[in-house]
Amino acid sequence: MESDASRILHELQSLRASKSDIDRRISALETQLHQINLLNDSVPNGSHHSISTIDNSHLNGPHAHYLTPEMIHRYSRHLLLPSFGVQAQSNLLKSSVLVVGAGGLGSPALLYLAACGVGRLGIVDHDVVELNNMHRQIIHTEAFIGQPKVKSAAAACRSVNSTVQIVEHHEALRTSNALGIFSKYDVIVDATDNAPSRYMISDCCVVLGKPLVSGAALGLEGQLTVYNYNGGPCYRCLFPTPPPTTACQRCADSGVLGVVPGIIGCLQALEAIKIASVVGEPLSGRMLLFDALAARIRIVKIRGRSLQCKACGENATFTQQEFQEFDYEKFTQSPLSPSPLKLNLLQADSRISSKEYHDRVVNGDAHVLVDVRPAHHFEIVSLPNSLNIPLPSLEARLPEISSALKEEEERKGVSSGSSAQLYVICRRGNDSQRAVQYLHKTGFTSARDILGGLESWAHDVDPNFPTY
Amino acid sequence: MDTMEGKINTQTSDPKPEGNKVPSVKIKVLFFARARDLTSLTEMPLEVPSGSSADDCLNDLVARFPGLEEIRECMVLALNEEYTTESTIVKEKDELAIIPPISGG
Ligand SMILES: [Zn+2]
Repeated sequence: MESDASRILHELQSLRASKSDIDRRISALETQLHQINLLNDSVPNGSHHSISTIDNSHLNGPHAHYLTPEMIHRYSRHLLLPSFGVQAQSNLLKSSVLVVGAGGLGSPALLYLAACGVGRLGIVDHDVVELNNMHRQIIHTEAFIGQPKVKSAAAACRSVNSTVQIVEHHEALRTSNALGIFSKYDVIVDATDNAPSRYMISDCCVVLGKPLVSGAALGLEGQLTVYNYNGGPCYRCLFPTPPPTTACQRCADSGVLGVVPGIIGCLQALEAIKIASVVGEPLSGRMLLFDALAARIRIVKIRGRSLQCKACGENATFTQQEFQEFDYEKFTQSPLSPSPLKLNLLQADSRISSKEYHDRVVNGDAHVLVDVRPAHHFEIVSLPNSLNIPLPSLEARLPEISSALKEEEERKGVSSGSSAQLYVICRRGNDSQRAVQYLHKTGFTSARDILGGLESWAHDVDPNFPTY
Repeated sequence: MDTMEGKINTQTSDPKPEGNKVPSVKIKVLFFARARDLTSLTEMPLEVPSGSSADDCLNDLVARFPGLEEIRECMVLALNEEYTTESTIVKEKDELAIIPPISGG
């Protein structure tokens, strides 16, 4: 049975590989055909210029555009829009858009950009699809769990519109590759999830003179604006000083209602389409604030370009070379690819592995387990007989720990010489260390934390224990 | 202030507090993103002495919610949905919005 399963898995894998290979070839051929059609279409109309030097003023007459019959059919609802029409669709088909991040914001942005017919659509991401992404990253399907997001997103885009050239950049965006990638696109969409990336992307757009459609979402709120467009401000004009690390929370830690980045991502697609097709009034110099709970959208006028801005200001001399040498992680004091923080505050003898803790529970050792996660985390899942005292309220609730220890000693009949042990746990093993540090200072000198928290329990002791 | 108590809620047409030794203005403060977490509020009324600047209002708010200090250097400040500098004088019924950036996605 097992060999059957692995044979099927292997075959699936190789079929998927050849499928994406074929998809790529189809996409390339279609792009070639598209180029040939563009050339052929332009000839009968007596147009003498090459594709690259098309003068828009010559596109007014009947049939004086480069849409194939298939394009006319596919984009007919765009063409029927008087304020969009042939001109805007042609602009769109000639444009290229890069989406950085194929996550909650990038998912709908990419789908709409592929569907609407931008000429070339680039995707940058280095991550893989995970089950806990699926509630918001709607471009990915379960079949792609464990596979690169870029691959999954590209496949979805191709299945929506095989005539768009999809470019996969399966790499983390860094100062070393950003200039090279960005310079190939007309419009950049920031769909990332961390502060250093936002500064890096904005600076790169300033250096290259590219418009930037920036979106962000967290919890039940979203923000949207267009930077570096037509003399408008850049990200640094608004936020010259990076937020303190405590202030920039992530979805992985703070949670996010899935549809919220979905809405912002759709708006990002809209702004990118407006810029690429040259219609309407992009959201430059204004910031849209979305409040999902209150069902309210506000648009706030924001400052213009700052003369003092280090990136785009009057006397700024931010060059490509300076950009490449700038340390964004140091500047924002946070990593470009956020991985869970791993503190190491305690001596080894103040820590215990989840396996050791498990052994002591099995032994029936007298102990109290304090879980210092927030109450709404504790509600998701917790270890049996643990006492929830969220870290911020630890100071006020020390007496509860004392009495719990006393109760345990009485219950287990511990001799007066020894005492019940005190263990502290949290989600990943950081707050538990902070708690133990505090407990040591307040007289609970034998307190120990469980290394790696509940995640290590799920990993090393009980694979069925839920992780979140 | 005692003579004002009844007026504030009912009388909305008169923007100027009358007959006060220390004239004051009442504004509305709107909190966004991290500012909401730090204050546990989405909005609040704030009464400050007439002639107070946006910066004075911020100082008042930081005194009430010391946690706000954290985002003081990294926020968009908007008065009545328009960008403002910290030196702008606030007026009766103004809306002061404190908007720290969100990074998530
Ligand atoms: Zn700037």
